[in-house]
Amino acid sequence: MRGNLLSHWSPGILRTQAFRIVLIYVFVFAVSATTLVAFTYWYTERSLDAQTDQIVEAEITGLNEQYERLGLMGLVDVISNRSAHEGQGLYLLADTQGRTLAGNLIGWPHTVNKAGVFTEFKYDRHQQNELVTKNARGKAFVLVGGFQLLVARDVDERDMTRKLFSTTLPWSVGLMLLFGLVGGALMSRRVLARLDSINRTSAEIAAGDFSRRVPLSPAHDEFDALAENLNRLFERIERLMKGMREVADSVAHDLRTPLNRLRNRLEEAQRHIDPQSNYAADLDSAIAEVDGLIATFNALLLIAEADSGAARGAMTKIDLSQVMADVAELYAPLAEEKTIALSVAPSGVLTIEGNRSLISQALANLIDNAIKYTPADGHIAISAKETPHGVDLTVADSGPGIPIADRARVVDRFVRLEESRNSPGTGLGLSLVAAVARLHNARLTLDDNNPGLKATVSFPRTVRRKELPRISNKE
Amino acid sequence: MRILVVEDDLEAQRYLVNGLKEAGHVVDDAADGEIGLTLALSRPYDVAIVDRMLPKIDGLNVVAEMREHGNTMPILFLSALSEVDDRVKGLKAGGDDYLTKPYAFVELLARIDALMRRRSPSSVKTKLSVGDLELDLLTRIATRAAQTIDLQPREFRLLEYLMRHAGQVVTRTMLLESVWEYHFDPQTNVIDVHISRLRAKIDKGFDTALLHTVRGAGYMIRAR
Repeated sequence: MRGNLLSHWSPGILRTQAFRIVLIYVFVFAVSATTLVAFTYWYTERSLDAQTDQIVEAEITGLNEQYERLGLMGLVDVISNRSAHEGQGLYLLADTQGRTLAGNLIGWPHTVNKAGVFTEFKYDRHQQNELVTKNARGKAFVLVGGFQLLVARDVDERDMTRKLFSTTLPWSVGLMLLFGLVGGALMSRRVLARLDSINRTSAEIAAGDFSRRVPLSPAHDEFDALAENLNRLFERIERLMKGMREVADSVAHDLRTPLNRLRNRLEEAQRHIDPQSNYAADLDSAIAEVDGLIATFNALLLIAEADSGAARGAMTKIDLSQVMADVAELYAPLAEEKTIALSVAPSGVLTIEGNRSLISQALANLIDNAIKYTPADGHIAISAKETPHGVDLTVADSGPGIPIADRARVVDRFVRLEESRNSPGTGLGLSLVAAVARLHNARLTLDDNNPGLKATVSFPRTVRRKELPRISNKE
Repeated sequence: MRILVVEDDLEAQRYLVNGLKEAGHVVDDAADGEIGLTLALSRPYDVAIVDRMLPKIDGLNVVAEMREHGNTMPILFLSALSEVDDRVKGLKAGGDDYLTKPYAFVELLARIDALMRRRSPSSVKTKLSVGDLELDLLTRIATRAAQTIDLQPREFRLLEYLMRHAGQVVTRTMLLESVWEYHFDPQTNVIDVHISRLRAKIDKGFDTALLHTVRGAGYMIRAR
């Protein structure tokens, strides 16, 4: 059961609605989460830069004031003083020729060539006796007298944040997708398992096992609500089918008894009458009429029986090609007598699950019809072969065929086409074939054989039928 | 022959009993399962005809009970139920044959005859013969007046069945059931065509015909 379920959903899970919805959600969530993180990153960087810029502006303003108040020497003192701290602040004061007068930057960075604009640049700095290149952001300012002042701040902190974001973002998106997919698969599997049980039950009921019900879960979720409604529906169907069967059974019994008495009395009279008398022939034809009535009655009951699924009990593994060969053999002399060539296409063993007796009878009806309607020197071809969907049993004749407009109708009970109204038969032959087909989940199709009729009963693969006993173990 | 009829429909019972008596049998009747079972277990009958649905004890149970008591008398089920399952159930319960109502009386008589003959232990023969027609069941060769007759496998089975019931009426339904193992009415008389083919093989060119048509009943193979 379990293995069966797994094999059932692994290739199919990607196609389930539940998994598709989960996939869409994971995608939307991933996009919005990535956008959110990117925005946060962008905003953080911007505010860190703004903070840096503010400090640099303030320092430039302060240093300019110092310069105006204390002159160049005073400014050099202040800058040297500030440079002494191992902080984030970076300073450089140069003369008009670009010579360093004070500050903690080694040389004027060449990327900074425009005053009054914030610029990012690289600089070298001694750190634990090593020269490291670091990033900074600052602004140059030209003092009165042509001296150039560069005030900047190290942006290490900002770069660290950037690094943090850029390494964690792909990881978190990746994990999010992974968890989303795993969660989605689990969720779809749960949903699928529930749907699967509903599907199976419906299929089994459609196949004629009306006692099946969808199992309920303790969750009382929407699936249970659906299952309960379906079960109510199935119960109704079962009640109706049972009622139909009971009616058929009692009709069978109540009509058989008087028919039996009628036939008995006629036969009794026949035994005692002088065979030469005028009434003997009347009695004979009365008995023939009763027999016709009985044949029709039996055919109707058999159709009802096939449709109610009662014949399900007699299902066994049968070789369709053997069944075909046997029935064809029964009819071969009859065809020969009418000089009709009856050919049976050879085929290997074609195992299906079915009721041998009913399939034989259905095939006999098809062949009987074909012989009846095919003119002398015609031909009838019988074949059974495997198709991608199962096994097709075909009887094709060279008779007049059935007009397209009538094809659907002839399968109905008692429908006999104008041309055949006077030939013997109950008018139930094709109805029985159709009912037997329904019992086996097969389909009867009538096609043009150009000229003639080609009747095909398409049996489904046996695999589905094989599942039936396995499921019943569950209960 | 002594026959027990267990049937609750009195009209049908009267008809059955009369018909059987006319055919020369001695008949006892019972109208319910209880009386039927008591009679079956206390008196020796050659064959019993039991209705499938009976008051007090159901037909199936009557037969099952008889078999449980070691009673081996041949039993023919009569039933107003024709469903495929019912036949199987009837035979499983211990019935030897199954006939669906309404039936033709000749059919019933032929089947009862066949059932009573089945009892005799002569059925282990390896050679069957009717007149100068011989059928060797081991070599599967048929000969008439020392001339070999070429038979298809199904024709062999058909002839074997007829010869096993030599001197008895064999109906078309019996042939269809025993030789072809079909339990349905094929509408057209397919059996007649098979018989006429067989007849052409065994009777054609010989002075005396062995395979006879019994009007309104079926066929019979006999020497004279």
